[in-house]
Amino acid sequence: MSCEPWQCAEIAATKKAHPINKPDVAVALIKRAARPILIVGSNATERCLEDKLLIEYLIDFARASKVQVVATAHMVAEFLKRGYEPADFMSAMDIGNRLVDPDWQGIDGKGHPDLAMFVALPYYMESLILCGLKHFAPDLRTMTLDNLFHPHASWSFPNAPLKTWAENLTVMTSKFKGGK
Amino acid sequence: MSKKGLRIKAKELTTDIAVVKDLDISIGKIVDDTWEEPMGPTPMPHISTLRNWDMKLLNKYKPFYMPDCDLCCLCTYGKCDLTAGKRGACGLNIADQSSRIVLIACSIGAATHTGHARHVVDHLIEKYGRNHPVDVGGLNVDVEAPVTRLVTGIKPETLGDLDEVLTYCETQVTHLLSAAHTGQEANNLDFESKAFHAGRVDQVGMEVADLAQISVFDFPKADPEAPLIEMGLGTIDKSKPVICCIGHNVVPSVGIIDYMKENKLDNRLEVVGLCCTAIDNSRYFDRAKIVGPISWELRVIRSGLVDVLVLDEQCVRTDCSLEAERVHAPVIAASEKNCIGYKDRTNDPVDEIVKDLVSGKVPGVLILDPEKVGEVAVKVAQKIAPIRKKTTILPSAEEIVKLAKTCRQCNLCQRSCPQDLNIPAALKAAAEGNLAPLTDLYEECIGCGRCEEACPIKLQIHSFILKAGQKYMLEETNFCRAGRGAVQDVEIRAVGGPIVLGEIPGILAAVGCANYPHGGKDVYDICREFAQRRFIVMTSGCSAMSAGSYRNEEGKTLYEEFPGSFEAGGVLNVGSCVSNPHIAGAAIKVANIFAKRNLRGNYEEIADYIHNRVGAVGLAWGAYSQKAASIASGFWSLGVPVLVGPHGAKYRRMLMGRSDKPENWEVYDARTGDTVNVGPAPEHLFQTVETPQEAMVAIAKLCIRPNDTWKGRSIKLSHYIDLHKRHYGTMPKDIHQFVRTMADIPMTMKDEIKEILKAKGWKESVIPDPTMLPRMIRKRKE
Repeated sequence: MSCEPWQCAEIAATKKAHPINKPDVAVALIKRAARPILIVGSNATERCLEDKLLIEYLIDFARASKVQVVATAHMVAEFLKRGYEPADFMSAMDIGNRLVDPDWQGIDGKGHPDLAMFVALPYYMESLILCGLKHFAPDLRTMTLDNLFHPHASWSFPNAPLKTWAENLTVMTSKFKGGK
Repeated sequence: MSKKGLRIKAKELTTDIAVVKDLDISIGKIVDDTWEEPMGPTPMPHISTLRNWDMKLLNKYKPFYMPDCDLCCLCTYGKCDLTAGKRGACGLNIADQSSRIVLIACSIGAATHTGHARHVVDHLIEKYGRNHPVDVGGLNVDVEAPVTRLVTGIKPETLGDLDEVLTYCETQVTHLLSAAHTGQEANNLDFESKAFHAGRVDQVGMEVADLAQISVFDFPKADPEAPLIEMGLGTIDKSKPVICCIGHNVVPSVGIIDYMKENKLDNRLEVVGLCCTAIDNSRYFDRAKIVGPISWELRVIRSGLVDVLVLDEQCVRTDCSLEAERVHAPVIAASEKNCIGYKDRTNDPVDEIVKDLVSGKVPGVLILDPEKVGEVAVKVAQKIAPIRKKTTILPSAEEIVKLAKTCRQCNLCQRSCPQDLNIPAALKAAAEGNLAPLTDLYEECIGCGRCEEACPIKLQIHSFILKAGQKYMLEETNFCRAGRGAVQDVEIRAVGGPIVLGEIPGILAAVGCANYPHGGKDVYDICREFAQRRFIVMTSGCSAMSAGSYRNEEGKTLYEEFPGSFEAGGVLNVGSCVSNPHIAGAAIKVANIFAKRNLRGNYEEIADYIHNRVGAVGLAWGAYSQKAASIASGFWSLGVPVLVGPHGAKYRRMLMGRSDKPENWEVYDARTGDTVNVGPAPEHLFQTVETPQEAMVAIAKLCIRPNDTWKGRSIKLSHYIDLHKRHYGTMPKDIHQFVRTMADIPMTMKDEIKEILKAKGWKESVIPDPTMLPRMIRKRKE
């Protein structure tokens, strides 16, 4: 599995993501975080892993981990259709803009997130937002749950086939109370 | 016009008191001012004149930077790593650097449009004289140059006046670009303010270009019924020689069309085009055909249909000449900005040039005389068409299958594709004889060709996609309405009230390039949705083409389905890139004609009016260029929000409001001087949206303005809520921020919304006469 940027030209300079070589690492990071959030983009219904849409894996994960979900674009409708109500929904730019504000108290008003996880945004958009957070939210840890390496994140899974992605998400879900 | 030069020379002057020899008195300008409107406070603003206004907007809509590059490599101290707060050798940090890149992009855009205008105006003055009148709509358009009047305080009446206006633009662009030099501007918000100024200058430059060409070339003059133009590769008569013009500057194409007409050849050749030259060709000659947007350059050349390629300026792929060589189509470079390394043959005899191009002795020539371009292009096309026989380099289906078998499945094509298209899977299927997945890529491919550059075994992947989609490509026969130019004053009078009061729910301007995330149909779908909702939909440039490239259930294109007038439910194509000021101009004219506000050099007041009252939104769904950045900037500085599609995030800076911070949404009530919270209206000034569904919801919301009457607000909210429920599956969570009085609530949603308001602790507020400018308060509170 490669830790090169998935889109070849999305190169970072001196601060690059740590690779997540097994899902247990991601789980440990999430469990260590006091206020993690998961931002889910529009590819959640465009990617099919092992005959199941990505959004369904993410709902299972969110239910098990109790991580607050922010749906971007029109994804809130897709979550609601599947019986899951995300903690909030707003544009990807809005959530990025709030995360760089150290005074923002999170979607529940109880404190700034300390870990922002991203998944399923168009690669280049996600890359740009992660770059913005790297520069302007230095105290925030970022992580991607995609199968594409994102060098601007703090932590990223390497480039991997869909099957591995599905396995990683399933393993992560299983490590939380309530996960199968 | 207001200024004229004066020079008095006398060899010898004898008077009672002296004999004067070699007298030479020069007075730079004499003001010859017959325009009655009083001059406003900011004529010919310099780069810092409107800084206070810019800062008001920039404090309301703070930049959100997504740097795209961690480094600065603009000077030899670099590369400097600016990651996470580090300053470079010059002292700039990443916020400053990001805003500096925005300024550079906007300055390039403004310089490009101004340079374009300079070429057009100089050429037309040389040919028709400085006194040729400016006429963009006869008696229907009294306010002929709203942007120019507003920014410069000049009312241009002749081509010579436009020359004066351009001198102002050129000076400003020089100052703006100089501010980006190392060790000049030091603050990100000041860079942003200068980028806004670049946008203002850009709007003026564009307006000058379009006024000149409309006036002289007799383009449609504010004509709602401008002709429908055939569009698409399927409209080209392949039995005729085909001349294809690519770029933005219509002058060389006029040379071609004039030569054809003068020699009665206009039925014997095809003149087609891509990008804005195509739009402007069709404004000049309604049998010129539009092939499609800028992203189709490789598509049209590789298809082999083009016999002669004429390249002018802006957004022309720099490898067009190499692509043309592959299909044996001679190239004529017709702009001094785009010489392509060709020998300058401007002063050579036509027959020699024709001979060299037809024989293949040279692949292309540079000709900087538009009339000569016309004669050479036509003669070469006639001679080479029977020789070329529409040579194509698209492979056969059998060749694709054979070549696809050599694919290593290395994924580099997909990893280089801006759309992340699953090309490896399509090639794998092709190797098994199934071209359908390649065909599926045809619609979403933006034609950049990066897949081919990345391929380690040099597969011509883009050509594979074109061949697989060839059936659709050759069946593309649609209509685009020729660019109508300005909006008539009488149209403004008819709809100014309903726009400002909110009863026409908004103006959507779909503009810009074709770097779409999933093909052009999203533009069509969005425009149609809002036209059906009786918004006013304006289009320009490549977006105008995409809007016309699909048909409804009855087989009608958008321009056939909806009227071309500036009215509720109208869909009007104003024209090319340089026609965009007609869109800004319509908003400005609402302030001037409907609200009787003075325009002349009165930028701040008019922008304040537009920002608070005119529910207009720009949508650049496929914006990619620096010109698109400067066009957007011209709208930002007028307080008009702009949305871009997902690729627009690469402009690396958004201007975002914070709906969760009530203190950001206060305005003055000009009647009382009271401060009133009007909610996030409009919420953002520049925002990337991810999907067309998100765009539709955002457009409806961004049309909300503080000045809406209760009736207008109710109409706007009903559209916002309806689209939100349809695409987001739920009621908007911020509805309480837009309800000021119970009367604002749409009638059919009273009960549902009342419950929400109760839960949110909503309190009634007033509808102010909104302004952000203290000087506009008519009565101050004691």
